[in-house]
Amino acid sequence: MVDNTQIERLEAESVNSAKARQPLYTPRKKIFPKRASGSFRRFKWLVMAITLGIYYLTPWLRWDRGPFAPDQAVLLDLANRRFYFFFIEIWPQEFYYVAGLLVMAGVGLFLVTSTVGRAWCGYTCPQTVWVDLFLVVERAIEGDRNARMKLDAGPWTARKLVLRVSKHAMWLVIGAATGGAWIFYFADAPTLVGELFTGTAAPVAYITVAVLTATTYTFGGLMREQVCTYMCPWPRIQAAMLDETSLTVTYNDWRGEPRSRHAKKVQAAGRPVGDCVDCNACVAVCPMGIDIRDSQQLECITCALCIDACNGVMDKLGKERGLISYATLSDYNANMAVATAGGSCAASPSLVRTADGKFSDRLAHFHVSKIFRPRTFIYMGAWTAVGLALLYSLLTRDRLEVNVLHDRNPQFVTLSDGSIRNGYTVKLLNMIPEPRTIVVTMQGLQGAEMSVVGAEIPAGRSFAIPVEPDRLKMLKVFVRQPAEQIHGTAQTFTFRVEDKASFESDEYIATFNAPETAR
Amino acid sequence: MSSEHIDEVSGIPTTGHEWDGIRELNNPLPRWWIWTFYITIVWAIGYTIAYPAWPMLTSATRGVLRYSSRNQVKNELAAAEAAKAKYVAAVESKTVSEIAADDALREFAVAAGGAAFKVNCVQCHGSGAQGSKGFPNLNDDDWLWGGSAEQIQQTITHGIRFASDPDTRLSEMPAFGDIITADQIKQVSAYVASLSGLVQDASLIEPGAKVFAENCVACHGDTAKGNRELGAPDLTDAIWLYGPGETAIAAQVRAPKHGVMPAWIGRLGETKVKELAVYVHSLGGGE
Repeated sequence: MVDNTQIERLEAESVNSAKARQPLYTPRKKIFPKRASGSFRRFKWLVMAITLGIYYLTPWLRWDRGPFAPDQAVLLDLANRRFYFFFIEIWPQEFYYVAGLLVMAGVGLFLVTSTVGRAWCGYTCPQTVWVDLFLVVERAIEGDRNARMKLDAGPWTARKLVLRVSKHAMWLVIGAATGGAWIFYFADAPTLVGELFTGTAAPVAYITVAVLTATTYTFGGLMREQVCTYMCPWPRIQAAMLDETSLTVTYNDWRGEPRSRHAKKVQAAGRPVGDCVDCNACVAVCPMGIDIRDSQQLECITCALCIDACNGVMDKLGKERGLISYATLSDYNANMAVATAGGSCAASPSLVRTADGKFSDRLAHFHVSKIFRPRTFIYMGAWTAVGLALLYSLLTRDRLEVNVLHDRNPQFVTLSDGSIRNGYTVKLLNMIPEPRTIVVTMQGLQGAEMSVVGAEIPAGRSFAIPVEPDRLKMLKVFVRQPAEQIHGTAQTFTFRVEDKASFESDEYIATFNAPETAR
Repeated sequence: MSSEHIDEVSGIPTTGHEWDGIRELNNPLPRWWIWTFYITIVWAIGYTIAYPAWPMLTSATRGVLRYSSRNQVKNELAAAEAAKAKYVAAVESKTVSEIAADDALREFAVAAGGAAFKVNCVQCHGSGAQGSKGFPNLNDDDWLWGGSAEQIQQTITHGIRFASDPDTRLSEMPAFGDIITADQIKQVSAYVASLSGLVQDASLIEPGAKVFAENCVACHGDTAKGNRELGAPDLTDAIWLYGPGETAIAAQVRAPKHGVMPAWIGRLGETKVKELAVYVHSLGGGE
């Protein structure tokens, strides 16, 4: 245990402190986040490794797709209008799966925000992850907070120049790698990487890499927290998603106040003293440059690094952890009522502690069961419903489809023997990566026969035709019905398509038109 | 302007403007924001120098890059023409049946011919080539002059009864109103109608057959199947250029109408005519 005077005092002031409060319009105040260590920092490292790993490695996962498509597990094949995701293959008309996933992502964000606040912002948002990565580089090259501040304030020496150039160069490399990985999702990665370095890739690939390099460098390296505070709409929206049972990073002032740098002297003078020793560690580690002790604020991305920093200090002081902690508003209010005796006095640490210095058991603590409340059940229900609907649709969707367009001009043609002919464009969709022989059969329309233009198929009521894997086959089909069999000017019949191997089938009900005075 | 006033709550200077005791804070914009604004101004000036922008008396400044949307269209059209060139060359050098036999070439010719059809042919033959009374339906399988791609090409090239083309297809049915009696016209019309099952008065058929044998077989043949050499229509099928039924047939016997189709070779050139022939042949009735 150490005396609180031995805790290192950091000169740190929050960017939005009351002293310099110019909420939106102020020259940017430089932030030099100090490296934090603790369980949340470790969790953040883990999330960073996993998300970056997924992002950079996914395009390299292989999946056997036969000779007709690149063997890439995740591929957005814009040229052929296909989206491959492992065993799932999505055709353009099935884009609702992507829309469904976006709905799930949206509802999922509501669910996560309503339970654990802005966890998305603090841990998984690409802006956060890349800023974190850029800070790692900055720290490795220029040193931690104090060294960086000294360097920044110092004159331009050769050393400063070298450090700055290497930092920005490293940032640009990361930016290029980020943009480079992005384009691999849109083409066969091993092929593209070769083309990229031999200068034979499509111009759009280079342009995309250039744009993403520029934005990654600017947003992740130069603008950092400014993006979250000024450019991102989510901080404004999140307020609507939170309620009094949502977990947020909270400074427990019911136990921390009144804060004091010289607790012993103050205590000796007979005044109350809180747990906060005003060391500013929480401000120094904050990547957003705020002081969480000023309570919940728009800038806070709930990355919880301040919790790590404060817990470290509390450990050194031999005090209980959690002066800054994840807490709900209702718990905080309950504890505040205890600390202020129901609001009748100023916060007094003595009210929250028993005689032996332990916390009073009247204090509220977060319990996991609070996650389950009507609101989160509704989100979970909606999320699960959309997910199950997508899954059901995915498992039962057709992989063989027929679409028919009836020629409208002319609607029918009278042939020399008096029979009537209608023309149809029949589209056969073979949506699996294997070749199939599709049998097309007419049902109904007595006496009529089909003939396929350009194919060596005898006229008849059924024919079999091979369709390439993953392709749409378009056929021009003439249907001819003898005059004496025609009943009415508009008869319906069915085009039935069937794959004899898999027993998959689809049908299309078409109309056969005839003149009123057919012979 | 009043002297500088500082807002007590925020500590920010005000602009000196005051409305009913409400003062306007003088908050500067973030510097990067202002710089972005300046950069857009510089960009805009550069843009108006590089691209056509400033209106002058009769036109606008050209811009140092010499860009114009008209040129862009011209280049795109030239590129499209160049892309088509190899197909056009192939169409030029091959016969229509060769074109029709080659999948890629046929596809090209059908597209090009379809476009030419919409400009030159729809006025008579209809937008779906379905024709109308007096104008043949090109989708069906009945051809006065033959339905092979070559025969269609011949028809388009030289036209029908087009006086100024010496090679035009020529057929003329005499006006039988001056040759046979009205009763005979009635009889022969009934006979012709009976050939395709449209008969109304069965008693007229037998005398009609006699009239037909005396006057019509020379062109339409013993069995009334017509003669493509002469452009004489098949009278036994279900297709009637001037309408089915005894009345329509009688009118055509009495004073026949004869349609005229221009020769298109002079106007469209051989390549387009070939494309048109392939297109018409592809409509579903080609032989």
